[in-house]
Amino acid sequence: MPQNEYIELHRKQSREAHERSKKVKKMIGLKAELYHKQRHAEKIQMKAIKMHEKRNTKQKDDEKTPQGAVPAYLLDREGQSRAKVLSNMSKQKQKEKVGKWEVPLPKVHAQGETEVLKAWKRMVTKVCFVGDGFTRKPPKYERFIRPMGLHFKRVHVTHPELKAAFCLPILGVKKNPSSPRCTTLGVITKGTVTEVNVSEMGLVTQEVLLV
Amino acid sequence: MAALLVHAAGDVQRLLVQFQDEGGQLLGSPFDVPVDITPDKLQLVCNALLAQDEPLPLAFYVHDAEIVSSLGKTLESKEVETEKIIDIIYQPQAIFKVRAVTRCTSSLEGHSEAVISVAFSPTGKYLASGSGDTTVRFWDLSTETPHFTCNGHRHWVLSISWSPDGKKLASGCKNGQILLWDPSTGMQVGRTLAGHSKWITGLSWEPLHANPECRYVASSSKDGSVRIWDTTSGLCERILTGHTQSVTCLRWGGDGLLYSASQDRTIKVWRAHDGVLCRTLQGHGHWVNTMALSTDYALRTGAFEPAEATVNAQDLKGSLKELKERALSRYNLVRGQGPERLVSGSDDFTLFLWSPAEDKKPLTRMTGHQALINQVLFSPDSRIVASASFDKSVKLWDGRTGKYLASLRGHVAAVYQIAWSADSRLLVSGSSDSTLKVWDVKAQKLATDLPGHADEVYAVDWSPDGQRVASGGKDKLWG
Repeated sequence: MPQNEYIELHRKQSREAHERSKKVKKMIGLKAELYHKQRHAEKIQMKAIKMHEKRNTKQKDDEKTPQGAVPAYLLDREGQSRAKVLSNMSKQKQKEKVGKWEVPLPKVHAQGETEVLKAWKRMVTKVCFVGDGFTRKPPKYERFIRPMGLHFKRVHVTHPELKAAFCLPILGVKKNPSSPRCTTLGVITKGTVTEVNVSEMGLVTQEVLLV
Repeated sequence: MAALLVHAAGDVQRLLVQFQDEGGQLLGSPFDVPVDITPDKLQLVCNALLAQDEPLPLAFYVHDAEIVSSLGKTLESKEVETEKIIDIIYQPQAIFKVRAVTRCTSSLEGHSEAVISVAFSPTGKYLASGSGDTTVRFWDLSTETPHFTCNGHRHWVLSISWSPDGKKLASGCKNGQILLWDPSTGMQVGRTLAGHSKWITGLSWEPLHANPECRYVASSSKDGSVRIWDTTSGLCERILTGHTQSVTCLRWGGDGLLYSASQDRTIKVWRAHDGVLCRTLQGHGHWVNTMALSTDYALRTGAFEPAEATVNAQDLKGSLKELKERALSRYNLVRGQGPERLVSGSDDFTLFLWSPAEDKKPLTRMTGHQALINQVLFSPDSRIVASASFDKSVKLWDGRTGKYLASLRGHVAAVYQIAWSADSRLLVSGSSDSTLKVWDVKAQKLATDLPGHADEVYAVDWSPDGQRVASGGKDKLWG
């Protein structure tokens, strides 16, 4: 509570609004115009300061209820561990598969086709998908060479909702926007639509996945 | 009674059989029947003995094996000594048959967030759903359109429960508040019941035969307490504390006992009228998630008899006294001779069968699941228990002894909720793989598959008049 000199100060401050409005009511003409212009600018500034203050302090948001409603029986359990489980499962499957076909073979240095460059033979420099059971045509008849090092079987796919990435086997290249020739060759460049096997994720619904 | 083999030249073997009902009571005197008698003929004989006006459909069991083709074949498969007495136990089946739900009649849209609880009113006239968008919606089933939208909760509506007379709906939210609604107007009835400090996990009304006015409702919460509220005054009548962790499930039994299951691995039995703790049932190794009483269906439907259901569901008629008597007679019928049985499912992958009014030791332990059990339900005639588990299967157990009957496999992800049809012949299960499956319990096989949801199915309910199944999930509601 204000006491002694502070009473005067407090009174002056609390009467400020009343005194101000008494003065303004009497103003007319140019004086009033100028005053109102100034006051308007002041008010804008005051508002800006208040908004900055509000931004710094955290208000309890009563209106918005959080997303992701779950029934009572799921509340005490982490729901989104599904993503972790799925990615673990597919990783394990991948590990099992890799071990199967490991046979000791002598590593031969492959002759780069660039060394044998002929005008009518062209080498693809991008990643491509060839599918199981692919065998190269006889070298004489090969027009486009797809280096084995650039053969990819799996592709990283992100699930938009779970926000997790899975590595899933490719089924085929549907469309390559560059050219129909690229589609037939199975070349994968930016913007290519590929078909992917989602059975490893165990989902039954259709969802759009992003590569 | 001894069976005498009477061999007459050229005659079929004949046996003496004695009919018994499920409780062990003998019906009539021993009968002389040929060995190749079929269930139909047995039914004629039995009905004659029972002296019923209308013939009841019956099923016959010899040494736990059902007589399907003829008595002789069943005996052969079981290698029963024909020198001994052959007791044939007859079980009356529900007179009405519920047809399997085959298709989705409509998608009831309206909720802007996941639907997390769904419940039909005791007569099947109304459907209510609670959702993550904080509203409770009532749906008109004859036109399959939304009826009322009730705003009032400020957080997800986790649990809804109809009063046994169908005149009120209680809904509990994640802020711990309980609101009561009138289904015919969609308006809130009475005051907000506030008092719990954490979210509501379960709601249970006092049974109709105990109080036909349906005045008291009990609520369980994550804060570990159970509160009994007086809906007319809006005040908390009693607070039952004792659990050290969240109370996950609550049931108000028909004998004046209240059962609460908790994450502290115990189930506590309380006396409803004075709040005294009677018993603590221990035995589970992890959180107890769910409970079911053998008389659940009768308590839920109160005075409504599913066999008398008509195509257009109506409100219950009759004075309070009549309703009370009807509810009591239905309750006693389902209950049978012994006390109520309770089955509990837990995170420790097992279920326990208890007789909580008598003993604090379990009757049996039912093992077999490979992941936590999310929901257990007795069939409406209390003969079978179904358990839904996160191991993608639904298992069936005998309701009296707890013996394992069958596993229903088909889902590819966790099974969240199940619901029985009113005649106990069909079971519907909703799962996180977004499908619903209807199972034929007698054949123990899949009857129909109901795909159509775009995301996980959170709640399932079958209307007591047997006409519809409603399911709600992360995407929308269905009829």
